Parts: sequence; C-alpha cells; structure tokens
Amino acid sequence: MVGFLILSPFVIAFGAAWLVSRYPHRAGALAAWPAVLAASFGSELLRVGSEGARRVELPWAPSLGLTLSFNLDGLALLFATLITGIGALIVLYASRYLEGHAQAGRFYAWLFAFMGAMLGVVLSDNILTLFVFWELTGFTSFLLIGFEHERAAARSAAMQALIVTGAGGLALLAAGVLLIDVAGTVSLSAMVAERAAIVASPYYPAVAALILLAAFTKSAQVPFHFWLPNAMEAPTPVSAYLHSATMVKAGIYLIARMTPVVGATPLWTTAVTLAGAATMIVGAYRAVQETDLKRILAYSTLSALGVLTMLLGVGTREAIIAALVYLVAHACYKGALFLVAGIIDHEVGGRDISALAGLRRSMPITALAASAAALSMAGVPLTLGFVGKDGAYEALLHGSAGVPWLLVLIVLASIFLGLAGLLAGVLPFYGRVTPAHEAHDPGWPLWTAPLVLASGGLVAGVAPSLLSGPLSAAASATAGLPVDVSLSIWHGFTPALLLSAFTLAAVAFGYLVRHAVRTRSWRPPYGTEDVYEGALSVLNSVSRTIAPALHSASLRTYVMVIVATTVLIGGAVLMTAPGLGSAVSRTSITVPDVLIVIIIITGAVTATLARSTMSAVLSLGAVGYGVAMIFLSFGAPDLAMTQFSVETLTVLIYVLVFRHFPSLGQLSPWLVRARDGLIAAAVGLFIGGLLLFVATTETAPRLREYFAEFGPTLGHGRNIVNVILVDFRGFDTLAEITVLATAAIGVRALLQLASTDRPGHEPIGPATSPVFRTAARLLMPLLLLFAVFLLLRGHNEPGGGFVGGLVAAAAFALYAIAFGVQRARQALLVNPLTLLGTGLLIALASGLPAVLRGQPYLAALWPSGPVAIGTPALFDAGVFLVVAGVVLMMIFSLAEEA
Amino acid sequence: MELLLAVASAVLYAAGIYLMLRRRLVQLIIGLGLLSNGTNLLIFTAGGLTRARPPVVPEGASVLEPPYADPVPQALVLTAIVIGFGLLAFSLVLAHRVHGIAGSDDVDDVGRDR
Repeated sequence: MVGFLILSPFVIAFGAAWLVSRYPHRAGALAAWPAVLAASFGSELLRVGSEGARRVELPWAPSLGLTLSFNLDGLALLFATLITGIGALIVLYASRYLEGHAQAGRFYAWLFAFMGAMLGVVLSDNILTLFVFWELTGFTSFLLIGFEHERAAARSAAMQALIVTGAGGLALLAAGVLLIDVAGTVSLSAMVAERAAIVASPYYPAVAALILLAAFTKSAQVPFHFWLPNAMEAPTPVSAYLHSATMVKAGIYLIARMTPVVGATPLWTTAVTLAGAATMIVGAYRAVQETDLKRILAYSTLSALGVLTMLLGVGTREAIIAALVYLVAHACYKGALFLVAGIIDHEVGGRDISALAGLRRSMPITALAASAAALSMAGVPLTLGFVGKDGAYEALLHGSAGVPWLLVLIVLASIFLGLAGLLAGVLPFYGRVTPAHEAHDPGWPLWTAPLVLASGGLVAGVAPSLLSGPLSAAASATAGLPVDVSLSIWHGFTPALLLSAFTLAAVAFGYLVRHAVRTRSWRPPYGTEDVYEGALSVLNSVSRTIAPALHSASLRTYVMVIVATTVLIGGAVLMTAPGLGSAVSRTSITVPDVLIVIIIITGAVTATLARSTMSAVLSLGAVGYGVAMIFLSFGAPDLAMTQFSVETLTVLIYVLVFRHFPSLGQLSPWLVRARDGLIAAAVGLFIGGLLLFVATTETAPRLREYFAEFGPTLGHGRNIVNVILVDFRGFDTLAEITVLATAAIGVRALLQLASTDRPGHEPIGPATSPVFRTAARLLMPLLLLFAVFLLLRGHNEPGGGFVGGLVAAAAFALYAIAFGVQRARQALLVNPLTLLGTGLLIALASGLPAVLRGQPYLAALWPSGPVAIGTPALFDAGVFLVVAGVVLMMIFSLAEEA
Repeated sequence: MELLLAVASAVLYAAGIYLMLRRRLVQLIIGLGLLSNGTNLLIFTAGGLTRARPPVVPEGASVLEPPYADPVPQALVLTAIVIGFGLLAFSLVLAHRVHGIAGSDDVDDVGRDR
C-alpha cells in the first residue's frame, strides 16, 4: 500500500496528459492526489518519532537481488511531505497559470513524473534506486525547464542543467559502486552501521568527493551554481517547485542522508562548510543586484542553499536542527515569493522591479501573501524565518573553533537575503501607483498557493513547537542518534537575539539606501560558467573532428575496419593456439563430397567474377544447394530440407528484384581490386584456420547428451532438432519469427512507398507454357499436402514448422508463376499479412496455458489424451503460418510491383 | 573432410568479403548471401562432423544410441538459414529502393546524392 503511494505519481503522470487534453479546465482536480499523499506522509511523520521508521520492500528484479526498498524515517518523510504538499499547491496554481496552453497535458505528465522521482530519491533505501530516481529528477527537470522549447534560451538552459546535474549523477553512481563494495550492502540504513569500515577504507576520499560532487551540482553550490539562475527560463510554477522547494534540495538531502554514513570527518566538514559559505555569500550578493524578480529569487535561493550546506557541514546537533528549520522556512517563503512573481508576471506582464510599484491597491490578497513571505525571509520575529535564522546564529555561536568567521559571513548573507526578500515581496506592492497598471488579484487557484505557503510560515513562526516532533525525527535520522528538538519563540536575551536585531536593523537600513547598494555592483570578469562553456565548445570541436573520421557513412570502410580488427586480433590468438599445425581431419573424404565442395567453390568464384546479374544469382544458388547437400551428407536432413527450400525461394526473389538492375561492369580500378582481394584472402585464411582448429578439437558432449536424453522424455518428441526449436529454446524461436515478420512488413512498406512515387517496371505476367501450367496445377495441392505432412511429422521425424511453411509458400509461389499473382492470392483465400499475424498470435498464445498453470511462459504442456498433442505443436503451427506468410508477402508484393 | 570444408568456408568468406567491398549494390548483396552460406557451413562444421545418423530417436526406441549428429548446431543453423533469408530479402528490397530513388546502383553515387 505504501509502496503504491510512493510510486503513484508515475501512474498519475500517464493519466494526467490524457485527462488535461480532454478536460483542459479541470486540471486543478489533479492537485487532490498529492494533497492526499502529503496528508499520508505528514501523519506518518508525526507517528515516526514514537514508533520508529517503517520499511517497504517491493520486488524489482529478485533474480538479481534487486528490490525497491524504501525507508520511511524522519528525514525522508519530512522531505516527502514537503514535496507532495507543495506539489499539490503548485498543481493547483498551474491549473490556472497554464490554462488553455496547448501542451498543458505534457506539462502535468512531466510534473507528476518529477514528483514521483523526487519521492523516490528521498524515500529510497537502496543506493542504486536512489541513483535511478536521482537521474530521473534530472531528466524530468530537463523537460520542465525546456517546456517552452521553441525558445532557444529555454533549450540551452535545460541542456545546461541536464549536463551539470547529470555529471553529478554519474559521480553518485560511482560513489554508490564504491560504497557497495566497501560496505557490502546496497541499503543506506545498513551502511550507517558500516561507517567505521567505510571511513577507514582507502576509497573513502573518493567516495566523499564523489558524493559531494553529486550534491553540489544538484544543489547548485559554488562553483556549479551558474545553472540555477539560468533555469529560471522554466515556467514559474516549475521555478517555484523545482528550483526553490524541491529538486535543488535533493543535494541538501543527499548531504544530510550521507552524513551518518560518510560525514563528520575533517575532509567532509571542511569541503561542505567551505562550499556552503561561498555559495551563501555569492548568492546573497548577486540577489540584491538583480532587477528581474525571478532572478532575485533564484540568487537568494542559491544563498539559502549555501546556508543549509554550511550548517550541515558544521554538523553539530544545533546546526542540524537549525538547517532543518531553515529548510522548511525557506520552502514556505521562497515557494510563495516565486508564485507571487508568477502572478505579477501574469497580471502586469513584466517582472522588472524597477517598473513595479503600488500593486497592493489593485491586488491586496497577493500583496498580503508576498509581504508575509518577505517578512519570513527577512527573519522578522514571529515568522518561521526568524526561528531558522536565530537557530543558525545560535549554532554558530556555540560551535567549535574556526566558526567566528562563519558567523560574520552568515550575518552578512542574512542582511543581503533580507534585503532581497523586501525587494521581491514588498517593493512591487508599495510606493507610488503607476497608472498604467490595471492589474487585479487573479482567480483563487493562483493566490491560494502563495497564501497558504506564506501563512504556513507565519503559523509555524508563532507556534514553532508544532514542528518539534517532526523535526526531532528528521534530526535524529540526520545525526544518526536520537535528537530531541524543542523549538520556542523566546530564549531570553541571548547573543543570538542581539545579532538578529542587528541584522533586522541592517536590512531596514539597506532597504532605505537600496539604490546605493544596488548600483555598487561588481562581478568577476570570468565565472565558472565561462569554464563550462569553454569546456563544452572544446568537446564539441573535438567530436566534430573525430566523428566524421570514424563515422564515414561508407559501408566499405566499416567492413574493412571490422575485418582487419577481427583478422589481426583473432589471427594473433589463433597463431598461438596449440595443435593447429598438427590438426588432423577426423572424418573421411568421399568422392561425392569432393564433388560437392568443388561445386561450392566454383559457385563462389563465378559469383564473384560474374559480369551479369543472372549468372551471379545462379552461382549463388549453386553454392546454396551445395551447402544443403553437405548438410544431407552429415546427418542433418532438417537443415538440408530447409536450405533447399530457402535457396529456391531466394533465387526467385533475386530474379524478381534483379530484373531491374543493369549488368555488373567494373567500377573500381585494378589497384583497389587487388587491395580488396588481399583483404578477402586474409579473411579466408583466418576463417579456414579457425574452422580447422575448432572442428578438429574434441568438444564436450554435455549439451548434445542432455538434449538427446530429455528430448524424448521431457519434450515428447523424437526429432531432437525440432524439440530444441519449439520447446527447449522456444523463446528464441519466438523472437526469430518476430524478426522475420518485421522484415516482411519492412519489405512491404518499402515497396508501397516505391509504388507511390515512381512509375516503374512491368509487373510479372503469368507463364504461357501450357505444360508448365498443367504441371503447376497438379503440383500445387501435392506440395501443400507435403507441407502439412512436414509440419505434422516434424516433432518426431525430419520436418517441422520452418520447412513446412517454406514448402507451403513455394506451392503458392509456383501457382503465382503459372497463373499470375492475382490468381494465387485468390487461391490463398487470406491476405499473407493475416496469415503472418495469425501465426504470430498462435505462437504467442501457445505459451499462455503454462502461465495459467503457474509455470513459466512457453513451458510445454502435454495434456493426457488419446492423441499426444502438446502446446509445442501449437507453437510449431504458428511458426508454419508465420514463415508461409512472410515468404508469400515478400514474393507477392515483389511480383506485383508496378 | 574437415580440411575440405574449411577450404570451402574460407573461399565463401573471402568471396563474400570481396564482394561486400565492391561499389555495386547487387554485388554487395550477393556477397552477403555468400557470407551467410559460409557462416552456416562454418557453424555446422565447427559443431563436429559425423556421417552417423541424424539426431532422431528411432521409432520404438527410447534413447539415442551414439554416435549421432549433434543437434545443437543444427538447431542454431536452422534458424540462421531462415533469418538469413529474411535479411537477404529485406536488403534486396532496400537496394532496389535505393536504386529506384538514386537512379544508380553505385554506392558512391548514392552517397553523393544526399
């Protein structure tokens, strides 16, 4: 049940596209399901503290030991509740924001797929499934960022996000492989117990670096931060959801999740703290320099992610608690502010804050939500933002050595962040009224989401103890030991409170002198984005040089490379093989066999030297018959029959096609021909040597004895070859007839295309010789009878579906030559395509009875009765029909081609 | 006999590869046909030659007394023959279409026309 809940967004994703295209104005109803999910995860979160984490296991690939295992501990559930709760609000918001958009269905499908992937990331206990879901979030966010794919900026931003986070994903996979190797388990919760072994292992620095690479790229930490502001090309609901509340926090989640496994070492602590501090400062500084609402929010998100990373890096109990409070506070206020930015964009038609003012009169509800969120972001008392910031100050004040400079940086960042909050959430709504704006509050689906999020921040700010239980559970999971969180709004006059007061005063001052702050902007001449762009263009130019050389689109080059590689490497191995010089033929030579081999060799040589297509085809036919006779001489009547039939039909098809081609004059100069002759001779030498070596080496008789013993007993058949085909290796045969059917359909499609665009050649008319026509009339029913006879006896004597189908096709082909294709089609009664499809269905269906009996698909069943007929006989009949249908479809459409 | 068939396979391979290196579509496909015959012969011979009885249990008997021909390579080659037929037919028609569109049976001309 819980497993279903976790994976349900994927199900909704499929339904959503259909639902929204059918009822474009009812998309808001989709919000109901994530709301239900949020309620479930939320109640589980309240429960988990007292009852412990629940585990869910779903079989995935049991034969490989893979299970979809989920661990519903406090940390996972906190994220899951945020993902689904905010997800519900986003869906509601999007239902109005994208109402009437032609591709809205696609949008919801991707959004729900993203939600499912994100749930998978935070709930997975198996590090491999964590990786799979992690990549899935990157992939779905690529689609969502590039949703407006007709704009080049959206496409390149989507690509950038995919490449940066995708590279991190690969690092995560590598880290996972190393971890599994060291810890001997795929389970994240089990790895906690192996912590000592992991940290002591020589792989530890690599593991930590790879995990951090994944986390830093996903959570846009310096120096990988550049993709996040660019991702603002996405529609606003996506920015609010992916780029403030959820996806970018996947990296934070990963750091928190891995802390008890690989964290709290000097390497880890230093790297995480430094990256976090740098991101915090860069983001905060850039946020107040921007004028576009979404970019202000994007950079402030960077900064907040930096704060979270830094706090997790510091890693004390207080710091972890502060990080979790900060996380929830940020999700609420930043989600709200993004959505407000979308409303302003939607209603006013612009997002530049220098052109926005006084909107509170025309859109009071939006202004209320925005102001509440901005106050939380600024850290005004009685908001959750205050509790989070206060906790962060507290944690750094009480921390170990080296922390003072972090305290200075976080106060600085908080001042800039607060200022950015006021710029985004307050400035557009106050001040003089610009008369040009005829904006008004949007419909309720749009303002509900930001209002709910902003009020959430206020309620939790007034009564932070509401969060104590859930956060205790999450903090315990992060710290790896029980942590008791008790949040309150008043701690007395502490140094942290003083710092908070100072911060607020500085924010207020900064707001008053905002013009001065914002004009003193400084940016480094080169950023890491330039490094990214440079590396990308180097890669592109390298592949533009290499690719045409390797991918020459010339079949001859490919053949030569493949052949040369095979001959050189294979030949070298063969040279060193023992006993090649002393290889002795074990089978005697007879005169007829020598004659047959002479026929084969002569055929091959004439086919090569032939100057007319017809002589080449006939020489090839001679080779085929020669090979068939070899089969007959050495105990393979089944092969011989099949080969004879195939060869006859092949020659027929060759003649049908090659009547259109000119004769075969030389195209290549003699030097090229000499080179090709040398290559060909080398191949021949290699193959001859290889075959001589293999054929004179005694092979283990195990397989042959197995089939010979169990063919009659298990397979109920005396013709072992046929039993192998329809029973032991039935699945293989099923695939093979499917390939055949595909080839036949391809032939027909190619010919139908041809007949539409080109007036071509004469269709083949019926034969005129009365003797031939009479003979054909007599032979055809006999051949058909023989075909059925071959099918029926095939299980016990040489024969079977393959050769039977070929003979049946030959019967109708003969009839077509004598009386024309039209008459042959009438005689067949059904379309060859029907024949083929029916055969395939029969073969497929013959495997089902076994499934109903609880056995594997295609397992043979032999019901007891007067006549021994089992499901393999049915299967062979299917093969018969497919082969006959395939051949006739090809021959009829080729002969009819006008 | 193994030596004779090794020579036959070698000639089929050499001729097949030589033809696949030619510029004419027809020769390319004839080469494919020779190669497919050569491969079938190769697998069949590599599985061990015997003039003994085919792998069919005689009527009334319950076991197959050795010596008998190995059924495993036979089963492999049997499907390979039929699949080879499908492959040949498809590539023939493909070549036919290319010839129709490009108006030439020279692979190099076809490439140039793109």
